[in-house]
Amino acid sequence: MQELKKVEQTMLALNGDEAVAWAVKQSNVDVVAAYPITPQTIIVERISEFYHNGEIDIEFIKVESEHSALSASWGASIAGARAFTATAANGLALMWEILYIVASTRAPVVMAVVNRALSAPINIHNDHSDSMGARDAGWIQIYSEDAQEAYDNTIMAFRIAEEAMFPVMVTLDGFTISHTLQNVLVLPDEVVSEFVGERKVPRIKLPMIYGEKEIPLMLNPKYPVSFGPLDLYDYYFEHKVQQNEAMKASVPIIEKVHREFAEISGRSYEPVHFIPYRTEDADVILVGLSSTMSVVKKVVDELREEGKKVGAIRLRVFRPFPAEMLRKELSKFSAVGVLDRSLSFGGEGGPVFTEVRSAMYSAQSRPPIVDFVYGLGGRELPPKLIKKAFEDVLAMKEEPETPVIKYLGVRE
Amino acid sequence: MIEIVWHGRGGQGVWSGSAVLAYAAIKAGKYAQSFPQFGPERIGGPVTAYNRVDDKPIVERGPIYEPDIVIVIDPSLVKPRYRERITRGLKEGGTLLVNTTLEPGEVRREFNVPDSVKVWTVDATTIALEEIGRASPNTTMLGALIKATGLLDVQYLEQGILWRWPGEVGQKNINALKRALREVRGG
Repeated sequence: MQELKKVEQTMLALNGDEAVAWAVKQSNVDVVAAYPITPQTIIVERISEFYHNGEIDIEFIKVESEHSALSASWGASIAGARAFTATAANGLALMWEILYIVASTRAPVVMAVVNRALSAPINIHNDHSDSMGARDAGWIQIYSEDAQEAYDNTIMAFRIAEEAMFPVMVTLDGFTISHTLQNVLVLPDEVVSEFVGERKVPRIKLPMIYGEKEIPLMLNPKYPVSFGPLDLYDYYFEHKVQQNEAMKASVPIIEKVHREFAEISGRSYEPVHFIPYRTEDADVILVGLSSTMSVVKKVVDELREEGKKVGAIRLRVFRPFPAEMLRKELSKFSAVGVLDRSLSFGGEGGPVFTEVRSAMYSAQSRPPIVDFVYGLGGRELPPKLIKKAFEDVLAMKEEPETPVIKYLGVRE
Repeated sequence: MIEIVWHGRGGQGVWSGSAVLAYAAIKAGKYAQSFPQFGPERIGGPVTAYNRVDDKPIVERGPIYEPDIVIVIDPSLVKPRYRERITRGLKEGGTLLVNTTLEPGEVRREFNVPDSVKVWTVDATTIALEEIGRASPNTTMLGALIKATGLLDVQYLEQGILWRWPGEVGQKNINALKRALREVRGG
């Protein structure tokens, strides 16, 4: 990677969906199988245009459902292809069965999830219920803050997926990112091509009867292999524990890929798993995901002007969850608020909150933590409500007796 | 940073207009955003779109609550009952640009706009019908916008229009934009 260094990039006007499609175009993808669903549709439309204009050399598989989209992507991936698909909301829900199959056969499929609320009632707007529901399925999850990051994350996802042997979900907020046209710096085709390289396939040793030989682990009529055969109580448990260990072992790979990407693009997402903002001397902070955190940063600036010691932490990698790193980081604050854009019905707080608070239980110093559930079904979170959240968290410094879960911007 | 809110109805090209503006600003070396506020997507339904334009990278995201410029692309919205929706948050010293056959003074009275706000009007529907052959007033409004505010050089808007509508359709839209430069009234 040394010789790649920072290169001349082109400033384009793209929305988040188009930025993802551009990344796919440049990433030596072999197979795209996808089914349109708002607000992801533009991704599939642009890839379809690239395909029909001869700008991308892929097998473009038109399928009749998302279940088939992911099934086809899986088949392609275990046959040694680099496969991409994209979906949102109910489409992701329909992929449910195959999510686990892709992950548990360690197939490095990359999928863009354009976050949208789940039915019923039908709602096309942004929240994180869809990808949060899939958090236990064994996919690496990276949440993007804007269209530029959606582009960057998609390119990095192919490397991470293939080196860690895990599927990667890159998420972007419906409409707020997917349909927002903005400045996006695009790397030259050959630089991305060299960065992602050819599809990496793990190699295995053949049994003795075939001779001392190594072959790529993929579907191949010459050396037949099975993916996901019967595995009962004798070994299933061990395999699941190994899968969990392997997910944790992807952490250094995720970091390495980000650092190499920063070298060619000049865009660093250090320290990768989450990004602190004005936390050095902060008393209290808000932790959250995705595009909302842009607005939170603006509010932090405003409150700092008023002399309030506030900061923010934007989580990027939600799976594997950076518990250890976050524990160290959060211990130094007097109080912490978590922003959750999804609910866990009947649970004690949203998914980000339960994860963060669980991580903090074993910390030496445990700040009080409150969950702010917001933005379900695309409900706006204007700066004045973020200010109110900060005020609530600041008040917790003195008086931690507070409800664990609060709703921001809901009618009472 | 300049923040713009567009008001219109589905089918009038509100989102395309804001996209062309953002594209043009980015081509001019600036930073920009364009995004729609979608309700149920249907022809005739109310549509809002937003633009942000700045010389430095834009951190803000999501809806604009205090615009510098409000563009009303649908003449049927020039009624006192839409006053709150149209003028909400419009900054002191801001600009209100309206597609209407009315004079700026009449719009000012209709919406009870304070003196500090500059009001501009243009009959964009007629211009669009004559130049493009259909009632798509978005590009005409862009011409009026740059005359009223000097936000961007016209060449970048022309590039933006040809990006969105290559060929003859784009050229007709450019003609409409140039007519608006001459015919917009106000200040």
